[in-house]
Amino acid sequence: MPIYRRVTLTRVLQISALMILIFLAICVASLLVGSVHISPGNVFGSLVHALTGKSSLSSEEELIVFSVRLPRIIFAGIVGASLSLGGVIFQAILRNPLADPYILGISGGSALGAIIGILLGASSFYLGVPLLAFAGALATVFLVFIVAGGTRGPLMDNSLLLSGVVVNAFFSAAILFFLSIVNSMELRSITFWLMGDLSRASIKEICVAASCLIIGFILLYSQARKLNIIVQGEETAMHLGVNIERTKQWLLIVTSLMISVAVSLAGIIGFVGIMVPHLMRLVFGSDHRLLLPVSALFGASFLIIADTIARVVFAPAELPVGVITALCGAPYFIFLLKRNER
Amino acid sequence: MSIINARNINFSYPAKPVMEGVSFAIDEAQIVAIIGPNGSGKTTLLKIINGTLFPDAGQMLIDGKETSRWSRKEIARKVAIVPQETSVIFPFYAEEIVLMGRFPHFSRYRFEDKKDYRIVHEAMEKTDTLAFAARRFDKLSAGERQRVLIARALAQEPKILLLDESTVFLDLKHQAQFLALLRQLNTVQQLMVIFVTHDINLAAQNANRIILLDSGKVYAIGIPAEVITAANIKEVYDVEVGIDSNPHDGLPRLTLLT
Repeated sequence: MPIYRRVTLTRVLQISALMILIFLAICVASLLVGSVHISPGNVFGSLVHALTGKSSLSSEEELIVFSVRLPRIIFAGIVGASLSLGGVIFQAILRNPLADPYILGISGGSALGAIIGILLGASSFYLGVPLLAFAGALATVFLVFIVAGGTRGPLMDNSLLLSGVVVNAFFSAAILFFLSIVNSMELRSITFWLMGDLSRASIKEICVAASCLIIGFILLYSQARKLNIIVQGEETAMHLGVNIERTKQWLLIVTSLMISVAVSLAGIIGFVGIMVPHLMRLVFGSDHRLLLPVSALFGASFLIIADTIARVVFAPAELPVGVITALCGAPYFIFLLKRNER
Repeated sequence: MSIINARNINFSYPAKPVMEGVSFAIDEAQIVAIIGPNGSGKTTLLKIINGTLFPDAGQMLIDGKETSRWSRKEIARKVAIVPQETSVIFPFYAEEIVLMGRFPHFSRYRFEDKKDYRIVHEAMEKTDTLAFAARRFDKLSAGERQRVLIARALAQEPKILLLDESTVFLDLKHQAQFLALLRQLNTVQQLMVIFVTHDINLAAQNANRIILLDSGKVYAIGIPAEVITAANIKEVYDVEVGIDSNPHDGLPRLTLLT
């Protein structure tokens, strides 16, 4: 654990600015690599063209940089940031450092929605599969809420967690059932969906996800100090003047919407939402006024790196990005475990 | 107008009545001890005073207004509580914990300013916790943690301070320091202190008033000499005790006769 430093507005801005610079550097580095070799000079040349408004997307290289790599990088950043923010919030309201954005069944629900969409041929309609995945995610959150008894009285951490686990388990069974009856073509597209794929999103979808992320971040950040108090426990939060039930429901709704959008467009990308908040807490402490922006920025950077690796290692073939994040995530937790043993 | 006014309060947890017809009023900033056997409703009474529980019947008035009509933030500016223990899941530093006591005092987007840090510094000075301000709260000993929680309650700048067995983990020196601090805050800043304890001698020596609870009812209320009598203790706790006068201050002193 690093030495204690007070969280002030200046410090939050300084660290965020630094992380934005790192994030931009990673974006540029990621633009430079890919299965088609484009020299750095040409990449920067097309960037300059774009910035001065002279870009015509005439050359094949400019097309690759702007219509293939750039949207994908931006989308990876948005999804990484959304998942990391979701992880921070769910860990805080469930008071469980092992919670992740999928813990309330959003992943299972959206996967089931997507699979049904793929089987019914919704892929041929614009936004067909993402919309069904989104519906699945929302329905699941609603279901978990009901099972946990959130409509009747206070929402208890444990009952939320348990009903999330139960609903997820049920959906996993349903997903396995569908996987066992589909043909191999559908199986491949389902598998790719389940492992997360950042190449599908169109510019419009990216804009939707970006707006959700920005609005979500602002709404969540406005609760940052309350989150510090909520993680002290329900009673303490009340003693310190937080209306805990209302705050929790509000946070759950905002976060679930944000995560559902990300998941329905990108599929299930594991470990980002659990690992990033953990690592950031280790480095920057637990104050959410700092934790939220650094987690969003680091999560964005991390997923861009992971996705770049996914599209480069076996180029021209691509790995699902979820494989890369899991390959990083599992060793990280073993490292944490060993570290805590000491 | 009374600062705290309990009017005929009934309260029950599902299928278990805890308070029945509890009435009392505290008019000035006194030091009040609440004593009584296990399950007599001491902690529940504290929770009703700070508005985390509301009476099923009757009223709890703070400064003449029912607790259910205060917002959580308003009540947190008036009433602070030092809990017995808290669980810590995420790593926070001791100073950050105390800074949280400032939460009810500022608006949504503000970061703590010089005044907040000054108040926190003073609270930590008074509780002898400055030495570990920059240490992790979860790595402190139980006694140190308790002092940090006391500092957090002081940083709330309350008018009423509630203590739930808050001296149990303190060593003798810090217990003495803490009790002296309570008396000082009480006389200088007109802070009302209400503490729950099992230590009847501690209550007798430090409280101006004692409320003796017996299965959810006020059995006796008054100055220590009126409440701490062999007959009352025998009736409520069902033990034989001897009560004499403490030679230092003349206050009642209890000895178990076993």
